[in-house]
Amino acid sequence: MYRFKHANRYNVIHLLFEMQNICVILDLQSNRDPGPDIMTEHAGDATQLNATFDAYVAAEKKIEPKEWMPEAYRRTLIRQISQHAHSEIIGMQPEGNWITRAPSLRRKVGLIAKVQDEAGHGLYLYSAAETLGVSRDQMDADLLSGKAKYSSIFNYPTPTWADIGAIGWLVDGAAITNQIPICRCSYGPYARAMIRICKEESFHQRQGYEIMLKLCQGTPEQKRMAQDALNRWWWPSVAMFGPSDGDSEHSKQNMAWRIKRVSNDDLRQRFVDMIVKQADYLDITIPDPDLKWNEERGHYDIGEIDWDDFWTVVKGNGPCNRQRMAHRTKAHDEGAWVREAAVVYAEKQAAKRSKAAA
Amino acid sequence: MSTNKEWPLYEVFIRSKQGLAHQHAGSLHAADAQMAVENARDVYTRRGEGLSIWVVPAAEITASSPDDKEVMFDPADSKVYRHPTFYDVPDEVECL
Repeated sequence: MYRFKHANRYNVIHLLFEMQNICVILDLQSNRDPGPDIMTEHAGDATQLNATFDAYVAAEKKIEPKEWMPEAYRRTLIRQISQHAHSEIIGMQPEGNWITRAPSLRRKVGLIAKVQDEAGHGLYLYSAAETLGVSRDQMDADLLSGKAKYSSIFNYPTPTWADIGAIGWLVDGAAITNQIPICRCSYGPYARAMIRICKEESFHQRQGYEIMLKLCQGTPEQKRMAQDALNRWWWPSVAMFGPSDGDSEHSKQNMAWRIKRVSNDDLRQRFVDMIVKQADYLDITIPDPDLKWNEERGHYDIGEIDWDDFWTVVKGNGPCNRQRMAHRTKAHDEGAWVREAAVVYAEKQAAKRSKAAA
Repeated sequence: MSTNKEWPLYEVFIRSKQGLAHQHAGSLHAADAQMAVENARDVYTRRGEGLSIWVVPAAEITASSPDDKEVMFDPADSKVYRHPTFYDVPDEVECL
């Protein structure tokens, strides 16, 4: 009898634990703050709707697909997410350039995996943009026609193996700095895509730094290669964050909408502070005579960024703009028969199945 | 020829380990369901994120409308008596 009671008691305790777990979940749900519910507030004029929307996102609540949102919010997100996706896709080119020439099998598998990740990141982002009502074909067309931009950083060439190290270390380092705050973006699908991407990017940066480290610990010639790559990639990476937001209305609006969370200058500062120490460890020199620690600010100061060069590249006249677009267009055109054949095959299979079922 | 036909969109669900339910991972385009499974493997399980994949044509999903959110889900908020914490039980009584 006692044994039975004991066994029973164990089961009850077990059940109790389970129940407590469920209660915790239920309590969280029942205590949730209903807050302003913009998505069901269709009554009221546009100004009122926009104000309610602003309050909703300001309370750190997320917007999901098909819910009401200001048209400008939708357009801004489509532009930003699709350009982000295009950057991932175009970004495969400068590194793909070195897959067949990677110096060892270890480097080659790492680089292939990284380039494959970029393709995946492009796809996560295209999917996120599609939830806003733009089609994949439309986004492809906008990239190929030049209507949509991609990050200018991919318009610089990769003449040596050290460039692959510098890209992983600096360009992916800058990308991670930029992307971490977007994991908290107000638009759910974009934030979720960014979380996946950020998890995967840290491998990219580490593989880049490892390449730099090996070169810097190698022969004097290898170290010179690493220094040369840093010299060429430093300023474009620093410029990647874009000009100062200043009093830009656009930036203010994106901050209010919780699409942008940190200013360009603040992101750039985070990046510089992080990279300076990493460069010190490599024992190579950042090509900026004005770079110095500012005791008062607790940050590094940097010299003037050459924004003329930045805008030249943005406007399509960088070293590789034409090459990148020509390659993308060629790949798209040469893949047309594959896309068509896949559709025809799928249609034939479907017809066979329905015939068999009849 | 169906030159300008966009591949249909599939929603991807992944079981991350035995004992857990499939969870929405994202979406992708594919010519048919088989290709969707193959692409989902490459896009969403490059680092051991899954042991099983479901793909569903996005067009086949019936969803509740965001406009009905209040009507459908708010009534549950006032039904506190559906939760164990609603019922008063003395502290000294165990296993409840």
